Amino acid sequence: MIKIKNISKSFKGKQVLFDISGTLLKGKNNLIIGSSGTGKSVLLKNIVGLITPDQGDVKYNERSFIHGSEQDRKQIRREIGMLFQGGALFDSKNIEENVKFPLDILTDFSEEEKIDRVNFCLERVGLVNINKKMPSEISGGMKKRVGIARAIVNKPNYLFCDEPNSGLDPQTGIKIDNLIKEITSEYLITTVIVTHDMNSVIEMGDHIMFLLQGKKLWEGSNEEITKSDLKELNDFVFATQLMKQIYLR
Amino acid sequence: MRSLGKYFIFMRSLITRRETFRTYIKLITQECINVGYNSLFIVGIVSVFMGAVTTIQTAFNLVSPFIPDYVISLVVRDMAILELSPTIIAIIFAGKVGSSIAGELGTMRITEQIDALEVMGINSSSYLVLPKVVACVIMYPMLVILSIFLILLGGYLAGTITGILSSVDYLYGIRYEFIEFNITFAVIKALVFSFLISSISSYKGFFTTGGSLEVGQASTSAVTNSCIAVLLADYALAQLLMG
Ligand SMILES: Nc1ncnc2c1ncn2[C@@H]1O[C@H](COP(=O)(O)OP(=O)(O)OP(=O)(O)O)[C@@H](O)[C@H]1O
Ligand SMILES: [Mg+2]
Repeated sequence: MIKIKNISKSFKGKQVLFDISGTLLKGKNNLIIGSSGTGKSVLLKNIVGLITPDQGDVKYNERSFIHGSEQDRKQIRREIGMLFQGGALFDSKNIEENVKFPLDILTDFSEEEKIDRVNFCLERVGLVNINKKMPSEISGGMKKRVGIARAIVNKPNYLFCDEPNSGLDPQTGIKIDNLIKEITSEYLITTVIVTHDMNSVIEMGDHIMFLLQGKKLWEGSNEEITKSDLKELNDFVFATQLMKQIYLR
Repeated sequence: MRSLGKYFIFMRSLITRRETFRTYIKLITQECINVGYNSLFIVGIVSVFMGAVTTIQTAFNLVSPFIPDYVISLVVRDMAILELSPTIIAIIFAGKVGSSIAGELGTMRITEQIDALEVMGINSSSYLVLPKVVACVIMYPMLVILSIFLILLGGYLAGTITGILSSVDYLYGIRYEFIEFNITFAVIKALVFSFLISSISSYKGFFTTGGSLEVGQASTSAVTNSCIAVLLADYALAQLLMG
């Protein structure tokens, strides 16, 4: 479980996040949603420690990530896996080396154990026989899947995904969503997903935080989200005709 | 001024919170191949031609019966050791290695590869940049020494083939009143220049923001800034060590 406590952040005098608090649940898909430019990515980066907040704290199972000891931070980092928007695979390494990388730096497994684990994870995301390919030789959807394999290779307790299905066709997007969903419940991971895809929200949103212009306006489940009477949330949720037709009859 | 401060903070971050020694050895070896071995061709070509051209032009400017022929190769030798090899090759090195360092790091930044390293708890600046800087500082002096030989070789070939001076005169000239310190001086210059080029280019690439356009700009400004720094340092070192 992750607790976000009163996080604020500004860049060069422009405040991006305003006093955000919330809870991210274990074994669930926690979604951070909101329109473009509202600070979702910045919030995610604050949670994983890529950006230090001006105020507030993030607690991983009661261990403070922002104010904790270097020892704690290091341990928490080992428990984090992250999928970046474009996959963020290392260009100079092949697929196998990419997925193996966290094991190389965080564990002292033997080479054989590492390769076994890598192959297991690649198989888990549905990719076989591409171990020796370079990132530039595979498609965007495959890169995302390799990204997921790399994120889960060291058995994380926390998985973070920034827009896992953006830039993909709906079918591939759903496959990625399902994959994340399965992995989350299979290994009881605390998964945090930034998205603005309503389909993902309905399909996998166990717990949802809605941001608007740097403020958290709403928090709840995917069953509650279509029933809320918060105007800003409704504007976001029912932006498409399809959503209106399905839920607002 | 602010970016100068940021540069020094960046430099300090390279040596704090490091990875294991073994990791670095592997990375440095790889980078040595990148920056050293892969620069051999361009450095070689440029050096041989610079040697040839310098010899011909020096001969052309020294047409006087009172100046013996061997002075030509002596001039070529001193120019090679003092300026052509360390400085001019540094400019080429900045163009080749500097731009590729900035381009690589810039691309890693905008495609979030650097963030990915940070999330795993790696000190990304140290992990990515330190091996590049160390590799440049190791390899560049060697390239300079090689370049000195190749310039002298180029001069020899041009001189003897065109009949400007005899091979005996040429060899006499390049050994005449040889000052050993000049080689030390060239190596000192090489160390300083390679450090400047690699660290400035890394700095420019590492702090790229935006998209592919900015990566291009970072590359360009890495080369320009490195060249300016090299020339300023060249002047400062000349004052300091020769004056
Ligand atoms: N490093 C930074 N420096 C300055 N401003 C920043 C920085 N990162 C983000 N911002 C600003 O913070 C605001 C929120 O950006 P953020 O990337 O979090 O949006 P987002 O909600 O993820 O949008 P999108 O859905 O388009 O990815 C934007 O106005 C952006 O300009
Ligand atoms: Mg974003």
